[in-house]
Amino acid sequence: MPQMTIAKALGEGLRAAMDKDPKVLIMGEDVGKLGGVFRVTDGLQKDFGEQRVLDTPLSESGIIGTAVGLAIRGYRPVCEIQFDGFVFPGYDQIVSQLAKVRFRSQGKVPMPVVVRIPFGGGIGAVEHHSESPESLFAHVAGLKVVACSNAEDAYWMIQQAIETDDPVIFFEPKRRYWEKAEVSVAQPPAPLFSSRVLRPGGQVTVACYGPLVKTCLEAATAAEAEGLDLEVIDLRALSPLDLGPVFESVRRTGHLVVVSEAPSESSVTAEVAARVQQECFFSLEAPVLRVTGFDTPYPPAKCEEDFLPDLDRVLDAVDRSLAW
Amino acid sequence: MSDPQGWIPGDPRSRPTPEHIVTGLKGTDAGGEDLVQLLTPEGVRVPDERFESYAADIDEAMLKDLYRDMVLVRRADREGNALQRQGQLGIWVPLLGQEAAQIGAGRALEPQDMAFPSYREHGVAWCRGIDPTDLLGIFRGTDHGSWDPLEKRFHLYTIVIGNQCLNATGYAMGQVFDSRVGGADTGTTREATMCFFGDGATSQGDVHEGFVWAAAYDAPVVFYCQNNQWAISVPLEKQTRVPLYQRARGYGFPGIRVDGNDVLACLAVSRWALAECRSGNGPVLVEAFTYRMDSHTTSDDASRYRLADEVELWKLKDPIERVRVNLVREHGVEPEFFADVDAEADALAERLRAFCRAMPDPSPDRIFSEVYADLSPQVEAQKAEYLAYRESFAESIGSEA
Repeated sequence: MPQMTIAKALGEGLRAAMDKDPKVLIMGEDVGKLGGVFRVTDGLQKDFGEQRVLDTPLSESGIIGTAVGLAIRGYRPVCEIQFDGFVFPGYDQIVSQLAKVRFRSQGKVPMPVVVRIPFGGGIGAVEHHSESPESLFAHVAGLKVVACSNAEDAYWMIQQAIETDDPVIFFEPKRRYWEKAEVSVAQPPAPLFSSRVLRPGGQVTVACYGPLVKTCLEAATAAEAEGLDLEVIDLRALSPLDLGPVFESVRRTGHLVVVSEAPSESSVTAEVAARVQQECFFSLEAPVLRVTGFDTPYPPAKCEEDFLPDLDRVLDAVDRSLAW
Repeated sequence: MSDPQGWIPGDPRSRPTPEHIVTGLKGTDAGGEDLVQLLTPEGVRVPDERFESYAADIDEAMLKDLYRDMVLVRRADREGNALQRQGQLGIWVPLLGQEAAQIGAGRALEPQDMAFPSYREHGVAWCRGIDPTDLLGIFRGTDHGSWDPLEKRFHLYTIVIGNQCLNATGYAMGQVFDSRVGGADTGTTREATMCFFGDGATSQGDVHEGFVWAAAYDAPVVFYCQNNQWAISVPLEKQTRVPLYQRARGYGFPGIRVDGNDVLACLAVSRWALAECRSGNGPVLVEAFTYRMDSHTTSDDASRYRLADEVELWKLKDPIERVRVNLVREHGVEPEFFADVDAEADALAERLRAFCRAMPDPSPDRIFSEVYADLSPQVEAQKAEYLAYRESFAESIGSEA
């Protein structure tokens, strides 16, 4: 099995999708010659040409709005938004058109568009480059939202997202782009809209996604040294959520910690907590605890280590849950 | 801004400059010296060096067809207003006054072309073969648009102002990628896209971005702006310092101002613009200079913000009357033709009324229909739960009946 970084796996996934279907287009700022600011699309324009890998004007509403038109025409555009905090000029087109054209037309006009967004902090960046806006999309009916956390998922989930006949907002953990792992290119490990148990355990369930999956796996390893047995679940699909494995796990452990970089208020983690209390009420030995970013704007980078949930904060929540 | 000295509104001996017009002194059909006109408000056919050839084939029969189109869509429009007043529709968006702008553009479209409307384009919809009854659901609240956009080559109404300019541009980029633009014209192999929006939309970022993208990708889009002078209560001078058609120059493509109440000029200019786009010379901006004779919608009250004098002045520039006069004077058309069209219009109105009153409400499961290609488990669960909850009242509802 080849070793790949997440960035490389995404690029290879895009390449495979483009090879498979000539209607797949890549469009975004600097995605062509430069290969994207994170080099995810490196080499694709050279191989597929300027009509399939479009270096677009600097205009996010334009990227999404024209992708909607191209989808009406029968194309399957994959849009790159350069950074999480830059998606908002395109948010109107995402919410008003991309999410609603299928419903408006009652299925006559599908919207098979993928919007890739590198998200999350931890890279010492200036403002608007470290945000976690996934809940703003998960709240919008008509959109599907996923987040990958490792190279193998990156390779497969991007292809599965492109094959989906609905718009998919695809979040990529930017601070993990350069982390390598083995990628099985033979077949996808799971359907796109499914969560996965990455580490089985019996005492506390930890649900997470995106960049913090690695953090939680490391926390589980550290806990093991202290004799604690954590089960780590990578949610992967944020809308629709696939909480079956979480319910099953919580019914065994009685304890749940939900982890995300995003602010907690009205968030994906809030949704997980609400549904788990509804489905697993009598199994819970403690309230569902959340370890998240604060309900503040993303801070200046020199504060981000305090803002971002880390291994210790995850284990602190685990301890509090068990001590309840 | 220049002052209106030297121009007396309503006095045909003086003419306003474009600056007069955009500063709110709009009571004229004379949209400046660049206005393209083939039929005067008095019904006199006048030549136009540049666009004459694009209306050369319009004989008496075709002019009658255009007249019929306009009368029928006006009648449908008035019936829409009436149905709202009778409580049959939640709202209606009138096109009154814009019949020529819409029929001229709509009849210039070829079957293979694509159109992206705003929400007032009942006349263009008519030209695309969409029956006026198919528009009612949007305003009655039974659907968000009932026709097949790909079959009719007419996208669904877009209500968020300006969004469709980017969608149209993207579609037109696809026409380029599909090699349907430029090259040899073999009838239906070349395509263009027409995007409809109003003067108010020109203040939206998406219209700007649409212009930028269309220019960057040589996209075959005719940006067709119906300048009806009012964005609900906001007059044109709050949107622009220059006449709208002149904005195209800043984006590097042509902009033409046409008399939007002159169906021949709208047809000719639209045909020219679409031909330019199909041959690879797009995009093009067309500003159809017209007037919204009614309120913005049935929920609006235009008397709160504009003078009745202005409306009265524009009544003299009526898009239908000038064609009627021309048909009588220059083609000797008999009154019987007009009576027949009126009768047809009345029948259409009657058909609309009957159809509207008989429209069934959608069933509650419509809420959940086609949100996704495959409904998510949670929405599926909500649907099942709600329908079961509703079903639990079936017995008591049944016993009341």
